[in-house]
Amino acid sequence: MPRPDPARRRPDSPGAHVPGSSTGGSTAGRAPGSTPAGPSGLATAEEIRETPEFAELRRSFRRFIFPMAALFLAWYALYVLLAALAPDFMAQRLGGSTITVGLVLGLGQFVSTFVITMVYRSWADKSFDPQATALRERIEGVA
Amino acid sequence: MSAPALLASAPSTLDVGSPVLNISIFVVFVVVTLAIVLRASKSTKTAADYYAGGRSFTGPQNGFAIAGDYLSAASFLGIAGAIAVYGYDGFLYSIGFLVAWLVALLLVAELLRNTGRFTMADVLSFRLRQRPVRMAAALATLTVCFFYLIAQMSGAGGLVALLLGIEGLAGQYAVVAVVGVIMIAYVLIGGMKGTTYVQMVKAVLLITGAVVMTVWVLARFGFSLTAVLQGAVDTSAAQGLEDPEALLGPGLRYGSSGLTLLDFGSLSLALVLGTAGLPHVLMRFYTVPSGKEARRSVVWAIWLIGIFYLLTLVLGYGAAALVGRTDILAAPGGVNSAAPLLAFELGGTVLLGLIAAVAFATILAVVAGLAITAATSFAHDVYASVLKKGTVSPDDELKVARRTVVVIGVVAILGGMAAIGQNVAFLVALAFAVAASANLPTILYSLFWRRFTTRGALWSMYGGLISTVVLIASSPVVSGRVDPVTGASTSMIRDTSIDFSWFPLENPGIVTIPLAFFLGWLGSVTSRPEPDHDAKAAQMEVRALTGAGSEKAVQH
Repeated sequence: MPRPDPARRRPDSPGAHVPGSSTGGSTAGRAPGSTPAGPSGLATAEEIRETPEFAELRRSFRRFIFPMAALFLAWYALYVLLAALAPDFMAQRLGGSTITVGLVLGLGQFVSTFVITMVYRSWADKSFDPQATALRERIEGVA
Repeated sequence: MSAPALLASAPSTLDVGSPVLNISIFVVFVVVTLAIVLRASKSTKTAADYYAGGRSFTGPQNGFAIAGDYLSAASFLGIAGAIAVYGYDGFLYSIGFLVAWLVALLLVAELLRNTGRFTMADVLSFRLRQRPVRMAAALATLTVCFFYLIAQMSGAGGLVALLLGIEGLAGQYAVVAVVGVIMIAYVLIGGMKGTTYVQMVKAVLLITGAVVMTVWVLARFGFSLTAVLQGAVDTSAAQGLEDPEALLGPGLRYGSSGLTLLDFGSLSLALVLGTAGLPHVLMRFYTVPSGKEARRSVVWAIWLIGIFYLLTLVLGYGAAALVGRTDILAAPGGVNSAAPLLAFELGGTVLLGLIAAVAFATILAVVAGLAITAATSFAHDVYASVLKKGTVSPDDELKVARRTVVVIGVVAILGGMAAIGQNVAFLVALAFAVAASANLPTILYSLFWRRFTTRGALWSMYGGLISTVVLIASSPVVSGRVDPVTGASTSMIRDTSIDFSWFPLENPGIVTIPLAFFLGWLGSVTSRPEPDHDAKAAQMEVRALTGAGSEKAVQH
């Protein structure tokens, strides 16, 4: 059974006054899982979830973050394995300098982290946020 | 964080520096930050103010605060020292600590901000049964905070005593007590807002200090990184390192036997997955007004933390070149003394005093972040939701949170005193292992897997927590590890006749993380979802992605 979440009824909770702000367990007095209907006419979260807009939002989010996460984890795993299993390769100096392959690959981890961070940021700002905001405004009844 | 360094150092002092100058700089820092905290307390009224700083910090501000929360004394002194002494293997640490932030950025930060209010448990219990899940999440949170706090406090005793020139055990006890009392004051008076400002100040000081020292080191070597590295090799050779070239490649610290390599892999896994499960890091995401700001704050944090670790690379090799690894190891504090000794070598007593103050600020900010996280988790999750079943008024809950801060402070002081002189460096690694095993699998499952159930969450959290603690207790870090040369114990239990270790790895992550993921899956597929499961899962998913209905910033 849904448990009334008292936190929700607190006077100091700013979210409590926002339409559509129900959390899990805050469904006292309403059908389980219901979201207060906004002017958009979308009554429940389940209905929202079934809309093509939401399906597209979810799909584009997952299609971006999962491959990206797999990429950086694999690249990190490769680096750790090389350090563990091929120390001689990692200790090779480049040219006559004191810079080794391992240092370059290590710095490469920094570079890839910065690059992925900025790529994600720009994707999220340009592509994800407008979609999410449009849907949120529909749900909250702002638009 | 868990650099191989031992923060609990020998009760002895560096022969360099001026204690009076160092203490004066500390006092200035404490007075300034307390004034900031007092100011912040004036606008702290509601629970959202106290726990989440009114959710009104900007992304860049919170990014600095995250960096301040994350870069502990061990990552400043420990990693710089590890690079100075072990070369490349020290560098490996910092990479794990940085890459880990991509997990937080891509998979956790925004979704968590959109679905929760104050704690990690808010998110985990969103669509599962409130009380058991909150209890488990709070236990994991308190465990991580406790281990992390003890490690920082005992480290503070050794470190500050070292830098201040305080001799003897009584002096270290006094230092731990002072750190604890200041921490209680910050959190009690300023709440999350005050703590956040302290962390921002600390991050600015720490990064500025590292930049100044790095430029200084590079200037000594004609701004050539190659020359710094060559200097490290030359000095190490002159001080008797057999194979000084080894500083530039892997192996000095972790060696090349199968077991040590497996341990290294296990540690790497715990580092990269643990960060996004650290409760005090997660709580920082609630201090901003929206999911978008949470994203911006992680972007800022990644840049700050990444740049800082790049600087420690220069500082570490610079210390190896200018001070020398043998001298560092021989100094009181061992590995941890690399950065202070380098500061003294570069800028004499004044720079040493400044760097010592930065190290002190670092410890204070980290313990304050841990204390408020633990207090929030206890008051909000355990007291209000589990014990009182949600019948508590916000004022009462805040009262309990404030009392909890005092209790946590006292426990941390006593624990820190008890741990002085003990080998407790593993406690931070343990905190990361618990975060990666008990917290992260459940966080990811509840955010991304609709079918996840209460039983899955409980099995995964308790399974991850218990297996991690048991395996660490059964590992050589607690008992039975003996230095082959000196015959002395290098475990927490110093008595070499006591040996109950049977698990060979120092870090259990490679076993416990997959186990927790497996238990989460198994518990879910063997149990039936609650009747309203699908509706709540839909709510959570819609809210996580769109931010509709997420907690708004407090308007004053």
